[in-house]
Amino acid sequence: MVKQSIRKSLTNNKPLAYIIAVSFLLFSMMVGISIGSVSVPFFTLFQILGKEVFHLPIAAQPDMMFTNIVMNIRLPRVLLAGLVGASLAIAGAAFQGLLRNPLADPYTLGVSSGASVGAVATIFLGISIPVLGNFTLPILSVVFSIVTIFCVLFFTKKMDRSMKVETIILTGIIFSSFLSAFISLMIALTGEELRQIIGWLMGSVSMRGWSYIVIILPFFVIGSLVLMMNTQELNAMTFGENRAKHLGVNVQRRKLTILIAGSVLTGAAVAVSGTIGFVGLVIPHIIRQIWGPDHKHLLPLSLLIGSGFLILADLVARMVISPSELPIGVITSLIGAPAFALILLKRRRRGER
Amino acid sequence: MLEVTGLSGGYYNHPVLDSVSFTVNKGELFGILGPNGSGKTTLLSMLSGVLAYKAGTIKIKGTSLKEYSAKQLAQVIAVLPQHSSLAFSYTVKETVSLGRYAHQKGLFHSWSDEDEAVVQKVMEQTGVAGFSDYQFEQLSGGERQRVLLAQALAQEPEILFLDEPTNHLDLAYQKGLLDLMKKMAMEYELTVIAIFHDLNLAGLYCDRLMLLEKGQVRVNDIPNEVLKQERIQQVYRTEIEKHPHPAIPRPQMFIVPNQHDSEKDSVVINEQFLTVSDEMVQLHAPIPLRTMSSGVTGSGTGWHQKFVNRHVSHTYSCENHVEEMTDYLRSHGFEPSETVGMMTAVFLEAVSYRFLHGENFSIFIVVTAGVGNAVDASLADQHSDAPRPGTINTWIFINGHVAEEAFIHSIVTATEAKVKALHELGVKDPVTNTWATGTSTDSILIAATQRGEGLHYAGTITPLGKLISRGVYDCTVEAIEKNERVKRT
Repeated sequence: MVKQSIRKSLTNNKPLAYIIAVSFLLFSMMVGISIGSVSVPFFTLFQILGKEVFHLPIAAQPDMMFTNIVMNIRLPRVLLAGLVGASLAIAGAAFQGLLRNPLADPYTLGVSSGASVGAVATIFLGISIPVLGNFTLPILSVVFSIVTIFCVLFFTKKMDRSMKVETIILTGIIFSSFLSAFISLMIALTGEELRQIIGWLMGSVSMRGWSYIVIILPFFVIGSLVLMMNTQELNAMTFGENRAKHLGVNVQRRKLTILIAGSVLTGAAVAVSGTIGFVGLVIPHIIRQIWGPDHKHLLPLSLLIGSGFLILADLVARMVISPSELPIGVITSLIGAPAFALILLKRRRRGER
Repeated sequence: MLEVTGLSGGYYNHPVLDSVSFTVNKGELFGILGPNGSGKTTLLSMLSGVLAYKAGTIKIKGTSLKEYSAKQLAQVIAVLPQHSSLAFSYTVKETVSLGRYAHQKGLFHSWSDEDEAVVQKVMEQTGVAGFSDYQFEQLSGGERQRVLLAQALAQEPEILFLDEPTNHLDLAYQKGLLDLMKKMAMEYELTVIAIFHDLNLAGLYCDRLMLLEKGQVRVNDIPNEVLKQERIQQVYRTEIEKHPHPAIPRPQMFIVPNQHDSEKDSVVINEQFLTVSDEMVQLHAPIPLRTMSSGVTGSGTGWHQKFVNRHVSHTYSCENHVEEMTDYLRSHGFEPSETVGMMTAVFLEAVSYRFLHGENFSIFIVVTAGVGNAVDASLADQHSDAPRPGTINTWIFINGHVAEEAFIHSIVTATEAKVKALHELGVKDPVTNTWATGTSTDSILIAATQRGEGLHYAGTITPLGKLISRGVYDCTVEAIEKNERVKRT
């Protein structure tokens, strides 16, 4: 009962929730930029950020080496990790609400598998479209993820005109298996690109630079904004599609909008960083446990916390066996899977009571 | 308000509704009845815009349903679902607030003061304001139903659809919910359209009922007309008895359980079940009998298995004779609620009984009679109204299946026979010195086994009536004569 009242006071205190989430994100960013094989003192870090990012008139001349590390390596890396984490978490929260299933996430719908196929095929076939240059891989990934969600929706509609959630999940899983088989096939047939493909599949945000941030940013902004405009619809949808319709939601159109926005976010995230699991699953889940399931707050809070979480995960990934790095996907799975198991156990016990 | 013409359709290639037409007026409480699979829920799904229909039109406030956008429709129509499962646990307030969705404007759905006021109002109306911060899943079934009702009312609808609203609700909640619906219909002219499984609740609350059968409208009329015994038996293919509600002018239907074969065997009530002692005449029937009586206990209509005619002294006088009789019965091993009890000052050895055969049925009559108290009914206002023990007690047991109206015929016929017997014996009212028609506190009991031959009439020249007239006349004459003899000795 004590826990219940704590939960209630936390649930009702929304400004505090945002203060906590933003502080967590800022803290993660500072730590993420500061710590590394060469540590940048906090004071120097603030000087550099103030001078380079905000163009403040600061007299001191920070070390050029520190400036280089921060501006060309650490800052883009932290920002990319943050954007990927934010995209995956908000997309996961939206998918879970839409599919009324706390176990749903971007991967359930086959979206990330689609994006992976796009990326692996690019490496395997050595595709390079001249106009796109280095952006061939990310852009093909996004294209593939959107194509996949449309294929999933098309087949779902063929099977069941009313497009029930259960049918969508089932179709997503079938597509996912099919696409995974393609990836395995390409891995089996490949020779020298093996290490590159595996490395990409395990996920990483290292050495991507500013250009990748430019790639993900528009997708992130549009996708998140669209999802934020559908928070009330997501709330209604958790009562079931018929109920949502009774409440006045244009279910078919909203469902399509949310699915596409979520796919764009996932596709872009997978494209720039490879497959990073469990962020889209665990983060919304934790937020819901602490601050309740209202999507009006769940989506932005997931975005902020997911972002900070992936920055910290990336920090751990590059610190554990320094100077070499672990794939970030390994870290998120190592933290995420047990956390998720714990949540499941807790839910189970509560259900039994 | 709602106008449906020639509505047909169903799921995929399986047609459910076949050209259904009806109209519902503003402020009406309209009930939809029908057996399982008759298309009730399908019809409701189509009316609420969830299910597409193949042919026909649905007009709401004069505009076709298809021309409404989802939001516009939700401002006119709200639905209270039969059950609702939630993937995530919202608070009661959050759940109710979702009802305002259709009224909110802008890309990010800003929450206005009006929204807040409406939500507070409907939470008060449905009695859920007290737990607005509770989690939905912490609530009981009845409370959840009320929260969903609040959500539907928050839409400020003009038409409210209810799908079996009383499912999972206990008696008090059923009544509370339907009373609220009735009130909303009368005070706010809310149009309520509800699916009912419970014919009795539908009959109690609805202004009009529509009975569906195999996707077609069987009848659409006022409850008393729709809830006809034969019609309900046909449509639902089951045994039903119709009876008026005891307190209000509404029809009620009763299920009649299938009877075991041994329960159908005919039972004959005759002198073998009768015991006479100085203290009481008692009859202990092997099965409960359907009764109509004016006894001290077990009066009115009911089912009784034991019958007692108790001797009391001439000087018996008690302020509360019902209570005294109840205590008496209990102290002698009779359960008062199962016993028809009468009193008489007559000596019980003067009892007269007779068993008479008709065609396929029989009757058994028991009479105790004394006429010291005789009254001429036409001049009864010359008597004081001090109650005295009844002196002619007539029991008529009918071995047959007696209809309600035949019970009343039987009472009339028996009374006529009794009057004739008094006349024959020259009994006079001592006060007015005119022919007496009975005594001041006569009692009668008609009890039937309700097995075997169906008996619909008991007027004086019907087979049953003839038997009753003869039996009551003979027994009354004999009982009076016997009593005179006993008194003399």
